[in-house]
Amino acid sequence: MTPSQLDVTFAALADPTRRAILARLMAGEASVTELAEPFAMTQPSISKHLKVLEGAGLISRGRDKQRRPCRLEAKPLEEANEWLEGYRRFWENRFQALDALLTELQAEPAKTRRPKRGEH
Amino acid sequence: MRNPAGLKMSTPSDREILMTRDFNAPRNLVFDCWTRPELVKRWLLGPAGWSMPVCQIDLRVGGAYRFVWRHVLNGYEMAMGGLYHEITRPSRLVATESFDEKWYTGDALGTMVFTERNGTTTLAQTILYESREARDMVLASEMEKGVTANFDRLAHLLESGALASDA
Repeated sequence: MTPSQLDVTFAALADPTRRAILARLMAGEASVTELAEPFAMTQPSISKHLKVLEGAGLISRGRDKQRRPCRLEAKPLEEANEWLEGYRRFWENRFQALDALLTELQAEPAKTRRPKRGEH
Repeated sequence: MRNPAGLKMSTPSDREILMTRDFNAPRNLVFDCWTRPELVKRWLLGPAGWSMPVCQIDLRVGGAYRFVWRHVLNGYEMAMGGLYHEITRPSRLVATESFDEKWYTGDALGTMVFTERNGTTTLAQTILYESREARDMVLASEMEKGVTANFDRLAHLLESGALASDA
């Protein structure tokens, strides 16, 4: 995934209404009218958000002329998530390594130069 | 040993993320593990498959730090760095932080507070973003987790090795 795609994805995700729309679409496709309802927003302002999401490839619109249902496109989210989740997991994983190091450092003064073995 | 408390995340304000984590060690040791390059390298170095070609720390107010990780197979690289604003060993460390490949706008300011009780150190790390939008972009990742069942080759790679066996 190129940085510019990431930028587009995250710019689209930076708005709480758009995130709420995506969350709604996780439950299944919906028309603009259906989407506008819970948000107490006018259809034009919802449509504006939908355009951003569609431009970012996060949703697609059905071909049915009257309804044009919106549906979630999971792939860019997966890619963005993969990238971000990498960071989060990275820190979780590193903290576990820090646990191991702290255990090792605290053992060191007690026993002088214990020969190194497979740790913990 | 697995830490009983694990990594906890919360949002104390519109622009902040707070992460807390307990460590079974006195706080001067935990503090050193964050601030002495020879120690930082021993745990911040990625597991098998990752190298940490850069680990520089200039531990004084206004001094810079820089960490770079590289995956040896695919060359994937990530890097972060910043400047120290406040250094009070062993209780407090304040520094800016910025990833080279950023998903949020502006810099972030990280404040680490180390408190010790009965030999356990709690690290509270607050990251203050320049705007709510920037913070929300980071948090958006939490929502995305609902979308996808199978993440992340990277996570698996990261989880596949243990640091200690490598030392």
